[in-house]
Amino acid sequence: MVTKTLDKQAPHPVGDSVPRVDAREKVIGAALFADDLQFGPGMLYARVKRSHLPHALIKHIDTSRALALPGVKAIATGEDTPGFIGLYLQDRHILCRDRVRYVGDPVAVVAAVSEQIAEKALDLIEVEYEPLPGVFDPEYGIRPEAPLLHPELGDYEVANFIFPKPGTNIANHFRIRKGDIEAAWPQCAAIVERTYRIPQVQHVPIEPHVAVARAGEDGKITLWGSSQSPFAQRYLITKALGISQSKLQVIAPYVGGGFGSKAGVSMEALAVVIAAKTNGRPVKLRLTREEEFYTTFVRQGVVAHFKMGCDQDGNLLAMENRFYWDGGAYTEYGVNMTRAAGYSSSGPYDVPNVNTDSYCVYTNHPVTGPMRGFGMPEMHAGLEQCIDELAHALGMDPVQFRKINCVQGGDTLVTGMTMHPTGLSECLTKTADAIAWGKKDLPSAPNKRRGKGIALMWKAPAMPPNAGSSARVALNEDGTVIVSVGGQEIGQGSFTVAAQMAAAALGVPMDWVRMANMLDTDSSPYEWQTVASRLTWSMGNAVSAAARDARRQILEVVAQAWDENPEDLDIIDGKVISYKSEEAISLKNIAIYGIPLPDDQGWVGGPVLGRGNFMPTYVTGLDPETGQGPRAVVHYTTGAQAVEVEVDMDTGKVEIIRGAAAFDVGKAINPDMVKAQIEGGFVQGISTALFEGLQLKEGVLQNPSFVDYRIATSSDVPRDIKAIIVEVPQDDGPWGARGVGEHSMVPTIPAIANAIYDAIGIRVGEPPYTSEKVYLAMQDAGLVE
Amino acid sequence: MALHRISLTINGEFERVDVPSEMTLLQMLREKLALTGTKNGCNAGECGSCTVLLNNEPVNSCMVLAVECQGGSIVTVEGLAQDGVLDPVQQTIMEHGGVQCGFCTPGILISARALLDRSPDPSEEAIREALVGNLCRCTGYLRIIDAVKDAASRQLAVTN
Repeated sequence: MVTKTLDKQAPHPVGDSVPRVDAREKVIGAALFADDLQFGPGMLYARVKRSHLPHALIKHIDTSRALALPGVKAIATGEDTPGFIGLYLQDRHILCRDRVRYVGDPVAVVAAVSEQIAEKALDLIEVEYEPLPGVFDPEYGIRPEAPLLHPELGDYEVANFIFPKPGTNIANHFRIRKGDIEAAWPQCAAIVERTYRIPQVQHVPIEPHVAVARAGEDGKITLWGSSQSPFAQRYLITKALGISQSKLQVIAPYVGGGFGSKAGVSMEALAVVIAAKTNGRPVKLRLTREEEFYTTFVRQGVVAHFKMGCDQDGNLLAMENRFYWDGGAYTEYGVNMTRAAGYSSSGPYDVPNVNTDSYCVYTNHPVTGPMRGFGMPEMHAGLEQCIDELAHALGMDPVQFRKINCVQGGDTLVTGMTMHPTGLSECLTKTADAIAWGKKDLPSAPNKRRGKGIALMWKAPAMPPNAGSSARVALNEDGTVIVSVGGQEIGQGSFTVAAQMAAAALGVPMDWVRMANMLDTDSSPYEWQTVASRLTWSMGNAVSAAARDARRQILEVVAQAWDENPEDLDIIDGKVISYKSEEAISLKNIAIYGIPLPDDQGWVGGPVLGRGNFMPTYVTGLDPETGQGPRAVVHYTTGAQAVEVEVDMDTGKVEIIRGAAAFDVGKAINPDMVKAQIEGGFVQGISTALFEGLQLKEGVLQNPSFVDYRIATSSDVPRDIKAIIVEVPQDDGPWGARGVGEHSMVPTIPAIANAIYDAIGIRVGEPPYTSEKVYLAMQDAGLVE
Repeated sequence: MALHRISLTINGEFERVDVPSEMTLLQMLREKLALTGTKNGCNAGECGSCTVLLNNEPVNSCMVLAVECQGGSIVTVEGLAQDGVLDPVQQTIMEHGGVQCGFCTPGILISARALLDRSPDPSEEAIREALVGNLCRCTGYLRIIDAVKDAASRQLAVTN
């Protein structure tokens, strides 16, 4: 019966571009975000005293003058936070205890009756520091003379697939040794060796981080926040405080943009720590936009060295990669990006011989964490330019070169895993065709030059091997359905696709399904985190399992009442029907109260509650020396982007004329929303390519505002972005689906860099490719005076 | 901290509110009147999330003091729909998929409404210019621009 529904025997909403379930409340201003929740006049406000030095020992903290300020209710310092916090590597205290490691490191948190008074109190907290020399470049950070940021590195608790090097600033070293590169180099007809740099950037969700915490007298703490990860936050914070998970309840309404910045724990634990000292009064901590730029997670920077070679027919033979990630002051989450980049370091290519060393390096820079793409945009930025350069070195068209080498089902990947079926080659062809690859268009003015560029990508969900999902499907009296999940709606449309899948697997109309909101760790089913583009796939599997469970319960009850076999029954459009007796009954007549037996002989059934879960059980470990193992990841989503640009020779301004992007999503549960992800990611990618970068000088951020850190606006977006969906089904995905949320911004920087090269014959270097930088590069190359 | 009693119209309703001198219009809407549809994204007049209409002009409400609004008329996102009927820009932004996380949406809707009020048939350039102060990180803007265009043509079809 289950397969009958999944095979789309009856019409169902999976594969349809149904409207978003959350759109209406968002357009009328009714959708609640964390800062919108009301806590009454007793609420206190918190502000954070932060280090102004990039690296220093804390000699002494005096809070007495601040505590004496009228209106100040409580102050917490590192003395209150002995435990460690961190997702993969527990290298962080909630408040600094003996050392600060970046400008912005939290030293104390103040609760007061107003934000103004709390802010004023910060000036009265006296902190005596002993400044230390800093590390501001990852390649310097690995040198023996570099100052150590974490002398205690060897004592930290760490996940068994992360390999810190105690006594150094290396928080993780991931290695790949596949084949024999030394034997391969002499067989190469062309070899290219290049270095690429990517700066740290910020996620810039439009909603700043906010958290409210309240401690009950029974020792139970409630935390409301803008969170992609209520369950991971519960786990990490309780672990750091040394209390049971049952003592913290995390409640998370809609998230106003996440992109990874609201995954894991960044500022939320500060609210919990101070709320423990305010006698039950709730405390709100909201970050200013300035704090948002450098005190929450930022994306890692990287210095990436690539050496790659191919034979005279263009077949890639060998790659040697060294990545030095600018991990920032704490790399509790970032260390896994180093690993993800390592196990994907061949890019989406079939390469027989690969050596990779991927190092996560502590620096006195902002704390790095997950950001849309999780290491892949940064790694592909260099890799996909280097692929272009190798094609040019051989005298081969870059599209043709990629066609020869791009990964296919059955290939042995860089980790030894066998590739599943993938539509990458189709993505490549379709994006190239969409921008008329090979045809040189005339520029719009004589002082401009045009070029086209293309880049491929792949990305797997990066997570612990056993990250789980669960879901619940409950029927109301009128047959309508409440679906509960622990995965968050952060704008990507997770609630809508979950509702579609539940409706399809259960057999009810789409408008009968409502998503339970807000997420609540006391009442929502468990979900690891809303990251890694994993919800449509992992949570989707759990939702469809829960809906099938509810369906099974309903059919068994009706079969009993009708004295039929469940196999002869179906649920279509909210009605149970029998193919045998041709009887029919609406769900509203049976969902809660069951069905009366004939002649008043009692009842069958009762409230229907379906449950489902999903956890990948098939991901294996990798050898620490070689990075080899049977199955490194669950699967890869692959794709391609192509752009046409125009460079203004008078100003250096790069304009994106048009773009095309194709991704193999396995199955588009909601095609229009897939396209919306492809477009939105493209524009975020354009923004990081042309405008964005944290300008850090000795650890001090020079551009912490929207004026100085520019993101793409409505005037920067090309009219013509073509989003193309490719569907080669995934065997472990619901209806064959894979994720696509992050992937859409992975290939954008190299596609644009390759197009700029096509236009003016120059590699500009480190993004962002601002007018100034492009103009100066053209000057250096003698293209302009 | 002096309190001032101000009178003004908000979404068509007369209101009398006591506000401190330094309270912004944004704070008054969100904290005094629980009109939380208007969002605080930067508190510096840079992101447009807090855009409301003040006497028919779009303003960043984080940059306006509440006392400046004495006698004025305010429209927030909660006031766009009339008797449960959505404003055309609310309808079209949903239909074109111009909503993702929804945090910038209220400000964008207000800026779009202000544009269509002063310019019923705007060019694409004019739409982009009208929205340039409203940052959106999710959608990439194209669907929002299309939605405003569509709303304009629907409005014109009704008025002609």
